[in-house]
Amino acid sequence: MSGLLRYAVQRLLLTVPMLFILVTVVFLLLRVMPGDPVSAMLGGKNVSAEVLATYRVKFGFDRPLPQQYVEYLSGIVRGDFGRSIRTNEPVLRELARKFPATVELAIFGILVSLALGFTTGLIAAVRADRPVDHAIRVFHIASFAMPLFWLGLMLQVFFAVKLGWLPVASRLSGRMAFTFKPITGLYALDAVLRWDGKALADILRHLVLPAFTLGIALTGLQGRITRASMLEVLDQDYITTARSKGLHERVVQLRHGLRNALIPIITVFGLQFAVLMGGAVLTETVFSWPGIASYLVLAIGARDYPSIQGSVVFIALFISVINLIVDLFYSVVDPRVRY
Amino acid sequence: MSRDSGAWAAADDRADRGPLRAVFSMLSRGRHALRGQHILLIGLAVVAAFILMTALATRFPSMNGYHPTLYRTAPRLQGPSASHWMGTDQLQRDVFSRILSGGRASLIVAFSGLAISLVIGSVLGWISGFAGGWLDRILSLVMDAIYSFPSMILAIVLVAMFGSGLSPMIWAVGFVYVPTYFRVTRAEVLQVRETTYVEAVRAIGAGRTRIVLRHVAPNTVSAIMAVSSFNLADAILTVASLSFLGLGLPPPTPDWGYDIQNGQKYLQSGSWWLITFPGLMIITLSLGFGLIGEGISDLVNPRRKGRKHKV
Repeated sequence: MSGLLRYAVQRLLLTVPMLFILVTVVFLLLRVMPGDPVSAMLGGKNVSAEVLATYRVKFGFDRPLPQQYVEYLSGIVRGDFGRSIRTNEPVLRELARKFPATVELAIFGILVSLALGFTTGLIAAVRADRPVDHAIRVFHIASFAMPLFWLGLMLQVFFAVKLGWLPVASRLSGRMAFTFKPITGLYALDAVLRWDGKALADILRHLVLPAFTLGIALTGLQGRITRASMLEVLDQDYITTARSKGLHERVVQLRHGLRNALIPIITVFGLQFAVLMGGAVLTETVFSWPGIASYLVLAIGARDYPSIQGSVVFIALFISVINLIVDLFYSVVDPRVRY
Repeated sequence: MSRDSGAWAAADDRADRGPLRAVFSMLSRGRHALRGQHILLIGLAVVAAFILMTALATRFPSMNGYHPTLYRTAPRLQGPSASHWMGTDQLQRDVFSRILSGGRASLIVAFSGLAISLVIGSVLGWISGFAGGWLDRILSLVMDAIYSFPSMILAIVLVAMFGSGLSPMIWAVGFVYVPTYFRVTRAEVLQVRETTYVEAVRAIGAGRTRIVLRHVAPNTVSAIMAVSSFNLADAILTVASLSFLGLGLPPPTPDWGYDIQNGQKYLQSGSWWLITFPGLMIITLSLGFGLIGEGISDLVNPRRKGRKHKV
């Protein structure tokens, strides 16, 4: 276990330069690229030079770039992401408030993608080259080619507007939104903690359409990786050995095959998570889901420069942490990996 | 839509022997070899049809009898009918005429962006893979950092900063996919450079540049081909998403993504045709590129189609 601990520390130390680079890239993209952030922020036109100059001083854009960079870095380290121009609230506080909504949606989205992507990938691999396999592969490519915002809208039209089975958008019904007192911000969990069945039902009903939409973002990629990984494993000698021992085919496939096929699937989870966050931008926008991704879109619409920068850095941090966890988890799952 | 095409293509194992040669020999054997490659053929047909349709619609905007941007040429918000196959919008324009030319921005941005990221990414990948050392380490770290970030979000932020229009979108899409090509080519180079024939060329006394350009680079082409098809599929979705979020071309330019955003307002009143048809176009075009990528993957690596033994 000491090996694992050492690896954990090493991996943690490696996260720091990665984050540093990501944060620097964000800085460079937002400051050095053509286009003046201040005039962009103010809408670009009909602004006098004095107003521009005032804002430039206010947000520190008048200072030399290296100084801006140092101030930016020290701000991030201290957890100071600046204040939103729209609301004048600290960006980090706003992000922290919106963060649980995104996490909850992501968790349910992953559950959907496991049900749709992972299982179909397994079936396709076990039934390789049969009609089922072909159908599943087409399904995977189709879900890869699906514009999420369109899928979300179509689901809204059909299930919410036409059939009226599910709510159109948001996390809670109007009435419930006033009475429900969140604890963690993960509403489904909060409803369980408060032992409130009515609220839980309402929350889950609101989750169905967004979670399905977001889940589709991952389904094709996950299904494809699962299929390829499983096919590769089923081709190994130890599978032949297991078969020749006379083991039942299901046992061979699941115990000997799946366990080993899981490793590459888990390895790419960090990447899948980035895909998920990209999908969240569209899903949250379509379903008015008050998360960090829709916050970013709102900030862009309002040219709220500190909020844009803050959300991007926040998302980068979030993804780095997830990648770190995945890497550590990976070394636990695969007993062959010893550090 | 930020489905990462690099990872998508990498989900397949690579060909065991001369993948590029496999593609070319298949193609040179012509129709015979392409028989059975339904996936690839369908993909090629779909993409060709879309390019033809867009080119024609750009040249003759009113080819179905209605102009895509002129107002009041049709009734307001009417469902599909014999005279307006896909209905009409709130500005009294024929939806079908907008559908015909609405893919122009997507195709231009996807292909130009691809060209940018392919050139920059591959060259950096060759250099990094072949040079090794600190340069390789720094380049890889930077590329990995960008790669780990959602490409969709990166593209949105870039376009928001550059301002909207065709060339900002092209640069944003181009930038976002650079790490994908960097990773693919670098991995190929690392593998190819250890092969005996490269060693032989080096032994003859060939210079580094020559080895990279003549012997290493051509062998990375096949890996790049499959990745770029999936990349195009992804780029189509990214462009559509940008337009949907209002970061694309300004109205009244016909654009599927923008038209969906516009149609969203009339959904509650039941005008389903405003969003249904543009969405179907986006899926079909993206699917076309995806099928080409899938077909190429099958060609270069027949093994991935399935197992030899039956259960």
